[in-house]
Amino acid sequence: MKKLLLAVSACALTAGIASAEDVKLGILIGFTGPIESLTSHMAAAAELAMAEVNASGQAANTYASVRGDSTCVDAAAATAAAERMITAEGVKGIIGGDCSGVTRAVLTNVAMPNGIVMVSPSATSPALTADPDNGLFFRTSPSDAREGEVMADILVEKGVKSIALTYSNSDYGKGLAEAISAAFIAKGGTVTINAAHDDGKADYSAEVAALAAAGGDLLVVAGYLDQGGKGIIQASLDTGAFSTFGLPGGMVGDSLPLAIGPALDGSWGQVAQSDSAGAAVLIEMGKANSPAFDATSPYSMESYDAAALIMLAMEASGSTDPNVYKDKIMEIANGPADVSGTKILPGELGKALELIKAGTAIDYDGGSGVMLIGPGESAGRYKEFEVKGGVYETIKFR
Amino acid sequence: MDILNALVAFSNYILVPGLAYGSQLALGALGVTLVFGVLRFSNFAHGDTMAFGTAFVILFTWWFQSMGITAGPLPTALLALPFGIAVTAAMLLATDRVVYRFYRQQRAKPIILVIVSAGVMFVMNGLVRMIIGTSDKVFTDGARMALNPADFKEWTGLAEPLAIKTTAVVSVVVALISVALLFWFLQKTRTGKSMRAYSDNEDLALLSGINPDKVVAVTWIIAAALATIAGTLYGLDKSFRVFVYFGLLLPIFASAIVGGLGSPLGAIIGGYVIAFSELIVTNAWKKVAGYLAPDSWLGDGLYQALSTDYKVAVSFVILIIVLLFKPTGIFGAK
Repeated sequence: MKKLLLAVSACALTAGIASAEDVKLGILIGFTGPIESLTSHMAAAAELAMAEVNASGQAANTYASVRGDSTCVDAAAATAAAERMITAEGVKGIIGGDCSGVTRAVLTNVAMPNGIVMVSPSATSPALTADPDNGLFFRTSPSDAREGEVMADILVEKGVKSIALTYSNSDYGKGLAEAISAAFIAKGGTVTINAAHDDGKADYSAEVAALAAAGGDLLVVAGYLDQGGKGIIQASLDTGAFSTFGLPGGMVGDSLPLAIGPALDGSWGQVAQSDSAGAAVLIEMGKANSPAFDATSPYSMESYDAAALIMLAMEASGSTDPNVYKDKIMEIANGPADVSGTKILPGELGKALELIKAGTAIDYDGGSGVMLIGPGESAGRYKEFEVKGGVYETIKFR
Repeated sequence: MDILNALVAFSNYILVPGLAYGSQLALGALGVTLVFGVLRFSNFAHGDTMAFGTAFVILFTWWFQSMGITAGPLPTALLALPFGIAVTAAMLLATDRVVYRFYRQQRAKPIILVIVSAGVMFVMNGLVRMIIGTSDKVFTDGARMALNPADFKEWTGLAEPLAIKTTAVVSVVVALISVALLFWFLQKTRTGKSMRAYSDNEDLALLSGINPDKVVAVTWIIAAALATIAGTLYGLDKSFRVFVYFGLLLPIFASAIVGGLGSPLGAIIGGYVIAFSELIVTNAWKKVAGYLAPDSWLGDGLYQALSTDYKVAVSFVILIIVLLFKPTGIFGAK
């Protein structure tokens, strides 16, 4: 095994110096399992990026994809698939994994020991931020913790000193509530109460009574709009406990203002949504592609961006060795600090390669408006909105 | 002034919701206790009978709304009530004919009837899901608030709001009228008296020429009326979902047992005891206490005995305590 690895990496090194090479990139996502309806679009988007680079004639290497099934839930199966990709197929980078659990397993058990770069398009667990990765792990999707920070930023900007916080008693609600509460406290705010509510109850007046007793400038409802979140807001208005609400992404949808009526006006929040110019371009490219795919399907744009980032980094560093090109990924994604990099949208990968050859700095924006922060994860774009006249009005993107 | 604020906070979060919820429970418990008193078994299907009746009230309400008939500031559902009751009564009489009568003629033991009623419960539960679906149904219309919290603050200048929903007022008033009618019926009319006689001593009642079929039929009709009214009031005040009504069975039985199974007065008292216990135990008292005691006396705590997640557990605990120490309940003799 050790010998083989040595041989492989030696190969990679010598090959990296060589001018042209057939490079295989692994696509490790759950083609079977709970998100199988998304993964066909995700894979098609990633392969579109490779086809685009190959067709441009500007690339030093020819790229091909190797698909592997992560199953999204079975860590052992995902690890085996990743192992096979690297040892049997000799991939130089992995687009994946998809779900946070299997991604963490593959990162620790396969990618780090083998020194392979992973760029996940869809793992959103905050835990991945802190996981050790030898600089090999990136993701084009934002961590769930990001929304908490964005919300805390808006709270502080609006001059809110204290909030009452209630969350849907689910993994999503709990994680988000913890993120909001941690970020807001870190910025000097007070969280008077952080209480769960169960979805699907008829009556939330008791929950609201506890929230009202704790008090606060406004009530943040980290729940679902068709479930307990709506009940909490209704009961709060009925008892006069709170009149303004903070609404994270799970509370955004047309059915909420419809159910609550004008009393919801003045409440505000944020939802993950990109205003990137590249999104529209990629949607059209997806329609024209053969096979056609839906770029608006969740994480498709992130998949295209993940593939593009790996290839551009390889070309920019002139090496397919993960330990070399990994250092280029942040640079490609964000451009130089003075924001002088040329913005690269989907369909402009050929142009990007030309610029790289000419030594001009680029700032890869892609379909999802890529901006990597922290240890290499997407900052994500959030739409800040306020409810006015029963409509979610966009204030700005952040 | 502070005492006033404390009083208003208490009314807003305990008194008003407690009275409304208590009225709804009391009506439900009355139905259970009536069936127990006359037919001598615990009717587990009562919660789903409530859902069945409410489902039809909702359907009639939607029909009325589509024709433009409303009750002004009151919920249209009140107009639809008699129709819902009629359908539910027909359903219960049919169930009795098909299911319960057979076991009655066998003189089956009460425990067998309880199990049979559990079967009826599952059938009815499925039926309601098929008729109206499993999702949340909103059918409240008319004026939402009888007393708007913002208006109240403006009028009184108090820091604490007091809100009274129209549906809370409707719950209490309709419950009062229903209970008055029921007691008048049981005490004053010939049929009511024959029901009580049948309940007290079946053999003696039969000997004195009371028609048992009529008594049973009237009992089912009254149970249907009470179930439909209780279910509709609960649905108006909170929301309608089949699954929630299934869960209502526990507090309703707790109310009936606390009051004493078979005692109508006990059922009413029991309903309010359960409703207020649930609220008082799970309420965070920090707000009220904050007005009565100086700030420095109170720490950061919410003064909440149990998290609101444990609301249902309160009914359970009361049920167990009553069964352990006074199984006959407050007013029960049997």
